[in-house]
Amino acid sequence: MINCESRSVVVIGGGPAGLSAAIAAFDAGAKDVLVLERDTRLGGILNQCIHNGFGLTLFKSELTGPEYAARLIDMASERGIECRLNTTVVSVAPDKTITCVSEEGVFSITADAIVLTCGCRERPRGAIGIAGARCAGVYTAGTAQKLVNIMGYMAGRECVILGSGDIGLIMARRMTLQGAKVRAVLEIMPRASGLMRNVVQCLNDYDIPLMTSHTVVDVLSQGGRVSGVVAAKVDNDMRPIAGSEFLLPCDTLLLSVGLIPETELAREAGIGLHRVTGGAEVDDTLMSNIDGIFCAGNMLHVHDLADYACLESEVAGKRAAEYAINGGVTRGAFTSVECGDGIRYAVPMKILSSGSGSITFTARPSAEYALGRICIEADGEEIYSKREAGIRPATMLRYVLNSAQSDKLRSASRICIKVRE
Amino acid sequence: MKDVIIIGAGVCGCAIADALGEYGCNVAVVERASDVACGATKANSGIVHGGFDATAGTLKAKFNALGNPMFDELSKQLDFPFRRNGAYVLAFDRAGIDGLEALLERGRANGIKDLERVDGDTVRLRNPHVSKSVTAALYCPSSGIVSPYEMTIALAERANMRGAEFIFNTGVTAISRRGSVMTVDCTGGKSYAARMVINCAGVHADEVAAAAGVHDFTIRGRRGEYYLLDKTQSYLTDATLFQLPTSLGKGVLVAPTVHGNVLVGPTALDTDDKDGVATTAAGLEEAMSKGRLSVPSISARSAITQFVGVRAHCDKDDFIIGMSSLQGFYNVAGIESPGLTSAPAIARYVAAEVAAYLSLKRKTDFITVRKGIPCFAAMSDEERAELIASDSRYGKIVCRCECVTEGEIIDSIMRPLGARDIDGVKRRTRAGMGRCQSGFCSPTVIQLIADTLGVPVQSVTKCGAGSYAVTGRI
Ligand SMILES: Cc1cc2nc3c(=O)[nH]c(=O)nc-3n(C[C@H](O)[C@H](O)[C@H](O)COP(=O)(O)OP(=O)(O)OC[C@H]3O[C@@H](n4cnc5c(N)ncnc54)[C@H](O)[C@@H]3O)c2cc1C
Repeated sequence: MINCESRSVVVIGGGPAGLSAAIAAFDAGAKDVLVLERDTRLGGILNQCIHNGFGLTLFKSELTGPEYAARLIDMASERGIECRLNTTVVSVAPDKTITCVSEEGVFSITADAIVLTCGCRERPRGAIGIAGARCAGVYTAGTAQKLVNIMGYMAGRECVILGSGDIGLIMARRMTLQGAKVRAVLEIMPRASGLMRNVVQCLNDYDIPLMTSHTVVDVLSQGGRVSGVVAAKVDNDMRPIAGSEFLLPCDTLLLSVGLIPETELAREAGIGLHRVTGGAEVDDTLMSNIDGIFCAGNMLHVHDLADYACLESEVAGKRAAEYAINGGVTRGAFTSVECGDGIRYAVPMKILSSGSGSITFTARPSAEYALGRICIEADGEEIYSKREAGIRPATMLRYVLNSAQSDKLRSASRICIKVRE
Repeated sequence: MKDVIIIGAGVCGCAIADALGEYGCNVAVVERASDVACGATKANSGIVHGGFDATAGTLKAKFNALGNPMFDELSKQLDFPFRRNGAYVLAFDRAGIDGLEALLERGRANGIKDLERVDGDTVRLRNPHVSKSVTAALYCPSSGIVSPYEMTIALAERANMRGAEFIFNTGVTAISRRGSVMTVDCTGGKSYAARMVINCAGVHADEVAAAAGVHDFTIRGRRGEYYLLDKTQSYLTDATLFQLPTSLGKGVLVAPTVHGNVLVGPTALDTDDKDGVATTAAGLEEAMSKGRLSVPSISARSAITQFVGVRAHCDKDDFIIGMSSLQGFYNVAGIESPGLTSAPAIARYVAAEVAAYLSLKRKTDFITVRKGIPCFAAMSDEERAELIASDSRYGKIVCRCECVTEGEIIDSIMRPLGARDIDGVKRRTRAGMGRCQSGFCSPTVIQLIADTLGVPVQSVTKCGAGSYAVTGRI
């Protein structure tokens, strides 16, 4: 083993979140930032997202995934940030020793601070237990996207898409543009789970039916490949309604049934995970329960916009740099953030009483509200509130509190975020 | 002309081919699938049974008792994963306690000595997640777990090293005898001659026998559905947990796999579709709810996949092993559970019989050791560094869930009897067996198969004929 480098800030994962964290860490004064990326190129999942619609907040223009990645890659290289490709981190120890594997061998790196930005993965067929034939032609939407956009092969000619997550919606359009027939997008919930704009631009514009409250109850095969799926309507408890089944002939079933933060490294490092997000549990500096290990991007919780993942990671990168430069922080008492009416989860999960500066909240609604008011309360007193129209679970909420508001939270012994109608 | 043609490359066919290699026998194995271990052998519980369950005096009892002790040495010689984790048969009421007593008696009659009666609290002390409603159990420490397809691949590879030829994608359609020569006709107009034919066709063994004009048994398919749970659930049990059959039917097991997942199942349902391995909502629900009787905290939420295995249930309710009414046509049929456990012992017995029939003598020198693909995931950092230094492709991790490298995947394709499709790579290396179920690695695996075999990506399949991964160029 080739021992043992030491670095101030190591960022694990070179997608948009990781690059943003590295750039922010550098700008905050950490000079020997290192990014570790297992893929052959930087940019993460953006590389296969060749559609546009990225960057409206961060770059004030509408970019494709690769264009967006290129901007971040340029910003990192302008700063001379070292990014090591083809390098897979296989373990992170609580003492912040990182072990990684590449074609050059096995390396260990000790870091003063680590930012985990490993992204997320797609929920596979087995996780939702779709019964039926175990044949070729069942892919997650992201895998199909890689086959089509990176490798240049058709994942199928006649598709049914289960789940209306954003990648599924994007792939419905993509497959159509490539000459495939997309029979339908089936969604078990009564509403689409992806962004509204994707429903309009990817389904409606191409006359692809979105069948809400429907699911796949059986997969049929012929000659080793999918030959059709049996769809059914579901009741209010999302159970298939007997007698409502119908056949959709197809050679491919694409799944867009949820994303899960990639937490294998975090778990091994002993990082506490959150029951709802599946990602790490963090305080308002985005530090996990392990001192000096920060988490951001889709590894922390699944974002619907790359911009928000990047903005979040900037906080993690900056805080990681501070941690490294100051030789650690002492974390004192904290208050947990409670999720009240209408909020499924909020990040951060804890507010440190010792901190300073502005706190950013992101929150995922649990229900739809035509009109509502998001309130953040400290000891029952409303310290932040914002009116929002069209609150829905598919759209993440994000609020930047000013220093005065943030300080009020720091001294509170109860913090709650909720929706008021 | 071959000495022996074996029909079917499941664990039985491969073990027999391997054992015949000790006699210098000239063997061909004809298999209709694209790989070994594509029948019942790839989809079962993977339990090396203790041998207490089968009725005394049956072939099942005999070969189970003989087979089980062979696994320690065999797994070392052949480099496949095997572990004696011990098994409990759980009883849930008073009647069950009597049932355990009967099982204990049966076990003793089968010559299984190490059985122990334990009460419910003792079971829970040793296995804290076992249900409070368990009243007592029978414990069998010699019960083990094995990776059935890795074992079979290993047997096939050693058989191949010992000279056996494997002919894939070739189904046997007719068997006839003229003089002392057996002729085996196959799909695609192929035909092979041999002095003897061994029928190891699993659930289709009755049809293969019928194709030789032998009609004295029938095989019924009996489906068993399973859940496979994520490795995070491995804390739930380290022992194999069976349920004592009750008036309500046969139970299911909850057991660890050698790779650290948890298996829940199998159900039991007769079927006319012997090749039907599609899962059903009802079957999966039954597997899960029965599994929860043993370990209440298991949940479908932690599932990574589901699958079905089809048992070859014979109307004689025992293994059929021996020369059939057609001289030269030998049956190894009705090999349902404990067939996997029994296979090494069956193979030894059959090889001796065949050798006697063909007047072959056991050789004194034959290959014993087969080395598997290096398993990067199981290595220390030092071993990993050394492996990468020898070939940098072991430094490229392709399957992140199971930590499988490009080097291993290429090895799995290049080695004798190498993988030809995505599932073949998966069974040999575990690429795609993890919690993302190949979401990340399948495009790379597809490309590696195409590049290594020198074929277009469009011709790469998941599991043999027709199961194309992609449908063409964009
Ligand atoms: C649900 C289930 C659970 C089980 N659990 C256990 C257990 O825990 N422990 C245990 O010891 N045993 C267990 N078993 C039993 C064990 O799996 C089988 O006994 C064993 O795998 C049988 O191997 P085989 O080689 O006879 O059959 P198979 O593995 O089915 O192989 C038969 C092969 O013959 C080929 N074939 C068929 N017809 C033709 C033809 N005409 N031409 C060419 N090839 C042909 C098939 O393609 C197949 O590859 C279980 C079985 C099932 C189904």
